[in-house]
Amino acid sequence: MVRKLDDLLERLSDAQNLDALEQAVFALRDKYDVEHLVYHSVKSSGDQWGALTYDQAWVDTYLDQNFQTSDPVVLSCFRRFTPVDWKRLDWTGRQARAILNEGIAHGLGNQGFSLPIRGPSGQFALFTVNHKVGDDSWTRFTRAHMHDLLLAAHYVNERALSLEGDGHAPHQALSPRETDALTLLAAGRSRAQAAERLQISEHTLRVYIESARFKLGALNTTHAVASALSRGLIGL
Amino acid sequence: MIRYLYGTELTTHADLAADMFRDRTAQFRDRMGWDVQVDDLGWETDQYDALDPLYVIVQSECGHHEGSMRFLPTTGPTMLADIFPHLTGGGPIRSPMIWECTRFCLSPDAGPGVARRLLLAASELGLGMGLSNSLGVFDAPMVRVYRRLGWQPDVLGTENGISAGLWTFSTETHDALCAAARVDARQSRRWFDEAFGDLPVSIRA
Repeated sequence: MVRKLDDLLERLSDAQNLDALEQAVFALRDKYDVEHLVYHSVKSSGDQWGALTYDQAWVDTYLDQNFQTSDPVVLSCFRRFTPVDWKRLDWTGRQARAILNEGIAHGLGNQGFSLPIRGPSGQFALFTVNHKVGDDSWTRFTRAHMHDLLLAAHYVNERALSLEGDGHAPHQALSPRETDALTLLAAGRSRAQAAERLQISEHTLRVYIESARFKLGALNTTHAVASALSRGLIGL
Repeated sequence: MIRYLYGTELTTHADLAADMFRDRTAQFRDRMGWDVQVDDLGWETDQYDALDPLYVIVQSECGHHEGSMRFLPTTGPTMLADIFPHLTGGGPIRSPMIWECTRFCLSPDAGPGVARRLLLAASELGLGMGLSNSLGVFDAPMVRVYRRLGWQPDVLGTENGISAGLWTFSTETHDALCAAARVDARQSRRWFDEAFGDLPVSIRA
């Protein structure tokens, strides 16, 4: 599981443009062996960008028919920030059933979950995992991979934000405290020693490291320290 | 009971929402003297209420607001990131596993135990969503109240009487909060499930 995420993060940090990011999304789909993955970002300016493994014919149909105005997934995700399982949504409406049937005819799987993501400055994204399996297998799949896929969704979004912003992403800058925490770890201090030195609790230290890890797109603390060192954000 | 409602869902609970925003006026403007915006209806709201936050509300048996708080993910705009970054180490803390909690409010008529039920609801939410922590903004002396209630935050910074604090989610704390609030763990879980029946199963497991 961790290796799949590792692979994604490596591809993401190597991705220097949106095409490479799209390839990372396709590779992630293949690694998890699901039917489709969809990442779709809308900025407050209205600019949109997506990386999706759907057939172009389905995308065209969806847009032609304005399905987004009655798609239960879009409607339920737009004003929330917790994930939804497709089968727990209300598909009884005529239009909703039409979307589902049309989608399946275009090769979509019968199962899915979607995660709405809130980014800085009113940016919004939707990350969807779509699969073709029975209910029991789907439950097993989500139980095994949900957490990692949610993290993957956020990492893809962060990378997309920094690529779209020409590499300038103020929300990804490390705070002074996060820099201090990574500097002490890079110097070989234990968490307990680093917390004591900064006169904060270990819970608090852990949160500064977690936040730095997320901003750096790193899977673990070692990776975060290495990444901060190689970018010159901390020194030894 | 405990309700978990997104901003857009408040329209279907209009009386409860009106109650909540008026109780916020009573707490933050009248009792604490904060410089907050109150509209013609007597509701205290700010720009973060416009971001479709998730409200956690303790509702009395006759349907009134007894206490509430408000959550937003730290990946998006938050009060701490926008207004108080100096309280959290000089910049915003951002993580999909950490949500911000603001406007911890008790109704002037709230009975004893409402604050404990509110903390239990926060814990239920954190564990249910697989979060590691919650970051809060509160009146500095409140830290003593939280300690008395059984769940003390680590204070990250304080300035001009406003503190940023960090709560850590754990099953040990959750069990203790259930006991302190005298709420059965299964009941607490049922209230959560009523709101989040559409969550994928593994998040709720």
